[in-house]
Amino acid sequence: MSAPILDVRDLRVELPLSRGTVHAVDGASIQVEAGEAFGLVGESGCGKSMTLRAIMGLLPRPGHIVGGEVLFEGEDLVTASPRRLRDVRGGLIAMIFQEPMTALNPVMRVGDQIAEAPQVHLGLSRTAARERALDLMRRVGIPDPVRRARAYPHELSGGLRQRIMIAIALSCDPKLILCDEPTTALDVTIQDQILKLLLNLRREFGVSVVFVTHDLAVVAETCERLAVMYAGQIVETGTVDEVFREPRHPYTLGLLRSVPDFDSVQDSLSAIQGAPPDLVLPPPGCRFHPRCPFAQDDCISGEFPLRPLSVGRATACIHSDACAADVARRPVVAADA
Amino acid sequence: MSVAAADAYVEAELTERRHGFRTRWYRTPAFVAGVTIVGTILLLAILAPQIAPYDPTKQDLQNILADPSSKHWLGTDQLGRDVWSRMLFAARVDLRVGFLAVLLPFLIGTTLGALAGYYGRYGDTIISRVAEVVVAFPFYVLVIAMVFVLGPGTRNIYLAVTMVGWVSYMRIIRGEVLVQKRQEYTLAAQAAGLSNPRIIVRHLLPNVITQAIVFAMSDIVLDILLIVTLGYLGLGIQPPTPDWGTMIADGQTFLTVKWQLSTIPGVAVVITGLGLSLIGDGLADLLRPE
Repeated sequence: MSAPILDVRDLRVELPLSRGTVHAVDGASIQVEAGEAFGLVGESGCGKSMTLRAIMGLLPRPGHIVGGEVLFEGEDLVTASPRRLRDVRGGLIAMIFQEPMTALNPVMRVGDQIAEAPQVHLGLSRTAARERALDLMRRVGIPDPVRRARAYPHELSGGLRQRIMIAIALSCDPKLILCDEPTTALDVTIQDQILKLLLNLRREFGVSVVFVTHDLAVVAETCERLAVMYAGQIVETGTVDEVFREPRHPYTLGLLRSVPDFDSVQDSLSAIQGAPPDLVLPPPGCRFHPRCPFAQDDCISGEFPLRPLSVGRATACIHSDACAADVARRPVVAADA
Repeated sequence: MSVAAADAYVEAELTERRHGFRTRWYRTPAFVAGVTIVGTILLLAILAPQIAPYDPTKQDLQNILADPSSKHWLGTDQLGRDVWSRMLFAARVDLRVGFLAVLLPFLIGTTLGALAGYYGRYGDTIISRVAEVVVAFPFYVLVIAMVFVLGPGTRNIYLAVTMVGWVSYMRIIRGEVLVQKRQEYTLAAQAAGLSNPRIIVRHLLPNVITQAIVFAMSDIVLDILLIVTLGYLGLGIQPPTPDWGTMIADGQTFLTVKWQLSTIPGVAVVITGLGLSLIGDGLADLLRPE
């Protein structure tokens, strides 16, 4: 394996609020290989979006990075100058947002919005940038791009808007695209089209993609590897195949069991008990222990770093056997899947 | 839905939504009425040298305080000057001063508001505190005091109005920018590596400027009223240049015998104000985001 294109090491993000400091990301590490599709999974408020924004250096105030490194092609973005960061953003790392309606400027023609970044980053002339915008619109499957380029965002459907967002993300040939819940706001049929488009473009442009989502189906369809995040920490990593078939962390297991799936062998949905912890005062020990069905006495205190299980596979759970035993009793994914 | 059907749908939606400002403006009665009124007055003002029957400053002491007649449509004033001619030339002065007095506060207020709203921190604190100090004084008292110190004349009126007037624009734009910068498209622009000045000018201002434009319309009314008030107090446009305010003040002495001398310029002020307010209302309706 070559050096990862994105190597986030022990990232810590804090938000000092009046009621206390929120430890939004608490020692998260992820590695994304060149050309790979990587999934970052977790429920709302687990710190996955914060991780993305920390990578881009665009944390909402008063959030800030208190520790760790974000290595992009070996360069630490945490200590990079604002000028360098502006070059990296859009030029090398692009971002796709959840709500294409709000993430597009409502009073600017979409063609101009696609053409803007190439003018800034690639130094293209207005005309050349417009040509490029039309070409990109064609490549993301927008019919009649010449006319659509003159439309305002509210004149387009949700699916078309998200295609525009993708065209903007691709506009400067980035090496990495961060997708923040790219399909959550779309209806299912459009979701599928957009995901397929992203996958095709990934091959065509040779770009790495990070999907941040709470939707396991999206990850299953698109990603090779994933990391599961809980309460600001990564609790399990591995290939999608392995993690879905044999989860080794009770939180992952809970997530998989709570997905409604008509083909699956499971006959009832089981929601994870309790609510996600307050990140101002997270529970001591393993952060999942208050909700964990397999919790033991030794889960209540101490540190729970990721420990490797095999090559490229790690879990933070010290009782991962319990998880394995449970899966053996009741498989999560249908045997023929 | 097949691709063709989806396309047709989007097509229909596109043509329907296209009925934006260009095709909708004439269906907004307030806007049409306002444009008609202000347009007529503007036209009269612009054409004043051509259509005024007399020199507005030429005195005819043989013929003072004449009643309206075919020779002098609106009569003459205490110095025998033709009131209709003076009305036309006064419109030139008052409208020009009104528009120009809005321009500088608009530009300064919008710039400061955008900077304060976008960057926040100390700059915002300083700008906002200064604005609070300015608005703590009653508008008229402050402007009149400043014109009193600086001396009368149009240049000093602009100066005084600018020093007070920027606050409203600053507050409007600052508030709007505070809302818009939390929108995802601002984050998206930052994530695309655009510089802050570019984000402010190309992305935020086009989204917030309509509020300031709508306010500017009613602000012109206020400024014309202010000039008229200053003229009435003898601090505004200096004679012999005709101005509605001075005309009202001069006619006051003869109110019991020649009521029209004060009333005619007064009505002109009211009609102009009405026209500009209607434009402001119409614009607010037209430019309101969907």
